[in-house]
Amino acid sequence: MSKLSLRPAGDSALLVSFDTGGQIDLDTNLRAHALAAALETANQNDPMPGMGEAVPGYATLLVHYDPLLTGYAEVEARVRACLVNDAVSLREPRRVEIPVVYGGEDGPDLDFVAQHSGLSVEEVVHIHASREYPVFLMGFTPGFPYLGGMDPAIAAPRLPAPRSRVPAGSVGIAGEQTGVYPLESPGGWRIIGRTPLRLFDPLRAEPFLLAPGDLVRFVPIEQAISPLEGG
Amino acid sequence: MALRVQSPGALSTVQDLGRVGYERFGVSHSDPMDAFALRAANRLVGNPANAAGVEFVLDAPVFQAERDCIAACTGYGWMMEVKGRSVGSWRAALVRRGEVIRFLPEPETAAGPTGAAGWGYFAVSGGIDTPPVMGSRSTDLRARLGGVGGRALSEGDVLPVAPAPLDLRITGRWLPPHLRPAYGAEVTVPAVPGPQEAVFSVLSYAEFWEAGWQISPTSDRMGCRLTGTPLERTTEVELLSEGIAPGSVQVPPDGQPIVLMADRPTTGGYPKIATVAQCGLPLIAQAMPGRGQVRFEVVTVEEAQARWRVLIGGLETGVVDDGEDPAY
Repeated sequence: MSKLSLRPAGDSALLVSFDTGGQIDLDTNLRAHALAAALETANQNDPMPGMGEAVPGYATLLVHYDPLLTGYAEVEARVRACLVNDAVSLREPRRVEIPVVYGGEDGPDLDFVAQHSGLSVEEVVHIHASREYPVFLMGFTPGFPYLGGMDPAIAAPRLPAPRSRVPAGSVGIAGEQTGVYPLESPGGWRIIGRTPLRLFDPLRAEPFLLAPGDLVRFVPIEQAISPLEGG
Repeated sequence: MALRVQSPGALSTVQDLGRVGYERFGVSHSDPMDAFALRAANRLVGNPANAAGVEFVLDAPVFQAERDCIAACTGYGWMMEVKGRSVGSWRAALVRRGEVIRFLPEPETAAGPTGAAGWGYFAVSGGIDTPPVMGSRSTDLRARLGGVGGRALSEGDVLPVAPAPLDLRITGRWLPPHLRPAYGAEVTVPAVPGPQEAVFSVLSYAEFWEAGWQISPTSDRMGCRLTGTPLERTTEVELLSEGIAPGSVQVPPDGQPIVLMADRPTTGGYPKIATVAQCGLPLIAQAMPGRGQVRFEVVTVEEAQARWRVLIGGLETGVVDDGEDPAY
């Protein structure tokens, strides 16, 4: 059982840290999500004015609060109460399928990844699409998921120099990590495909298709005819 | 009603108190650099605290009012001029239809090669009424969200202003200096130690609190970069990415601290030696490069919260109606 600490992060946040010795650990990450879920449930049943958002990290949960409305002691008490119950909140993750057009114009680096791995293009696609990837956390840019669990067999180094424009929805590999670019941006990842789903739409009622704690599966599709909303 | 942007200034953006509730999806909070100043400007013109105003720096914008309104300018070192007449700062002024609003650096703060004034805040009765994005009108320049099309103001922009009754009784009211943050060329910034204070050497930890730090000219809305003696860690372990609180003082491998501010990323992996308190953020925000030094002082969470509540309380009760509108 990993060590747990609760500490102030300034006067408007409380940091819950699970000690994993600096290692990324899925079970610990699930505990952080369970605590976030427990806090949300508690706030619905017994609203606490000033309680803010809980932001998960790999092995942490940062609980924001408004010091004009509540204090550190009250927030800590609420967090501790939820820690007792968090195992109960450990629930089935939400599974999200992301359709991907692999290769061609949408995946300009798929051939490179295949050559680098000593596999055929079909094998790379099969390997990439055959796992479920947990969303450990999101950050760096709106809607960007930090995914775990990629098969090291298809790991590939970043581009020597980043592209100035990677299209929104691009699916890539960087080292042993895989991910999706929600927005167009510069990037150095090896792009192996692209999803027609709009992962982030600021005007949509639910702006984000993914959330921390989800399980992502990439589903190969043939050429997309038109962009899909994805719900 | 609208404000016409006759001149955009260097980096003028629509800001409210920030985009709340989406940090776990990677959306930056996009606070004002000096939240107290924006709150005060809103208070002076009769707006709710979270109404949107305009934040500006270095080179100020010029506005023309389409209708009569009440306006105020706060922040560090700026004063407002309406129709060529100075109305000072931290004071509500009547602006008549068609009049031009300018901002000038206050003479007393003029010093240093990079100029005098810091971040200025402008509020108008009714509030700037650009379309909210995910619940906020704050401008996120990196993600291109909010404000005017997710960007800084341009010449020719027309800023919509929400309708509001014109309350002439509030013109001339002001917030006395003793109720504002202790801005200055040299400031002492209250900060709560940690959360990762333990990874730093004993000497470096002491150095952080004892040293005078310079503000680097590369500072921006994302962070105030400090220059001084490099801080050393005792451990090489990389921190796994975790959420970032406002005012986090992160220390990258080069040992030069960065105080993460308005457009801070939502997660990061550098250790944080301390976290600036809410009441300290206006002080560090308004400490401009090329002027004096910044020092940090240890406060407990309770002390920090007490000071912030006193400041905000002063805003509620301390506005002085002196009944004299300086513009007329």
